[in-house]
Amino acid sequence: MSFNWSLIWDNLPLLLQGAVVTIQITIMSVGCGFLIGMIASLANMSRFKPIRLLVKCYVELFRGTPLLVQIFMIYFALPMVIGHRIDPYVAAVTACSINSGAYVSEIFRAGIQSIDKGQMEAGRSLGLTWGQTMRYIVMPQAFKAIIPPLGNEFIAMMKDTSLVSVIGFEELTRRGQLIIARTYGSFEIWSAVAIIYLIMTLSISQLVGYLERRYKIK
Amino acid sequence: MIQMIDVHKSFGKLEVLKGINLDIEQGEVVVIIGPSGSGKSTVLRCMNYLEEPTSGDVIVDGMNLNIKENINNVRAEVGMVFQRFNLFPHMTVLDNITLAPQKIRKVSKAEAEATAMELLKKVGLADKAQAYPEQLSGGQQQRVAIARALAMKPKVMLFDEPTSALDPEMVHEVLDVMKSLAEEGMTMVVVTHEMGFAKEVGTRVLFVDGGQILESGSPADVFDNPQNDRTKLFLSKIL
Repeated sequence: MSFNWSLIWDNLPLLLQGAVVTIQITIMSVGCGFLIGMIASLANMSRFKPIRLLVKCYVELFRGTPLLVQIFMIYFALPMVIGHRIDPYVAAVTACSINSGAYVSEIFRAGIQSIDKGQMEAGRSLGLTWGQTMRYIVMPQAFKAIIPPLGNEFIAMMKDTSLVSVIGFEELTRRGQLIIARTYGSFEIWSAVAIIYLIMTLSISQLVGYLERRYKIK
Repeated sequence: MIQMIDVHKSFGKLEVLKGINLDIEQGEVVVIIGPSGSGKSTVLRCMNYLEEPTSGDVIVDGMNLNIKENINNVRAEVGMVFQRFNLFPHMTVLDNITLAPQKIRKVSKAEAEATAMELLKKVGLADKAQAYPEQLSGGQQQRVAIARALAMKPKVMLFDEPTSALDPEMVHEVLDVMKSLAEEGMTMVVVTHEMGFAKEVGTRVLFVDGGQILESGSPADVFDNPQNDRTKLFLSKIL
């Protein structure tokens, strides 16, 4: 067989559009996941056992089931409960955000635990509240500590967004499928798709490496 | 200034404090000595409720710490210095000192910084305002920690083995700062192994062992004429 380069060049704009959508949904999902994860990790330190239990259930449920199943649940099963259709974009971002939040909350938990207990004591001994100590003293240090695992989560999420192609959401993978359905150029197009993903994930690792150096933990 | 009434503290099944009664007046420099594991640090940490007693009352400046609303108010008035300094590593020395006054006392940034610079001058580190804690020696870090606590204009200062994590040659620079604080009339409670400091600066020495205060008196009484056998044994080992 011969490798048909022109197939790639002709369809590159379509693929790149898909790549932009992939980047968007990744940023949205990790962004929302970051907020969800931060709130969940703080809630996990609550004095009230039911709240801690709730967080634990959330984390175990969304880490312990496949993202693909979660996407199906939100796009196909949830509408049957609430009575109307959910937009694929909303379903995709929701599923990915909630899933990412479960992982991020564990990343936060480890990050906060890595900060010496004396920091909290020093803050409290000055008269700062628990919340103020968290905000001004523990969290800023925890953020630096979690840059590397957060970078991993970003890369993992970027690849996992390919799963939302199953509900017809046109990100990079779905674009590839559609082009192949039209041109039968499996080898060329999947190669191109793979390389575009690789370029994106490598860029993130570079960025994370830069942030790590810039915010070197003192 | 600080009253402890029948304070007990247990960690799980282990009873660390077995009824501490204590009355500290304004201007006193109370030095707590005792073997490790005796509960002396726990006594200190109960004074600002970093450790919450299992039972008993702690009353600081008329505020009973049993009442939750009092805890942060008491802590703002009681400075604490830790064995391992516990400076905030992500902030400059200046920010370490100005954070609490700004957030709690609602002091303006300029005013907080002016106070901080005065305090840094006092502990001999005015040139280190923009440094980060990791750039300082242990002794310097501990002096910053003292300045940080003083920035809240506390009525009492608690010291939890402030020189135990220091290299020997840095011990005196921290003790000197503490000495000058005592001379200014600051009420201080100091847990330490520095018997020289206890003799020279202390107005009262407490010997704690097994979660109880076994001996209490002037440094001369406790060091030269101890009454309790365990005090005698302890002093014979360390002096």
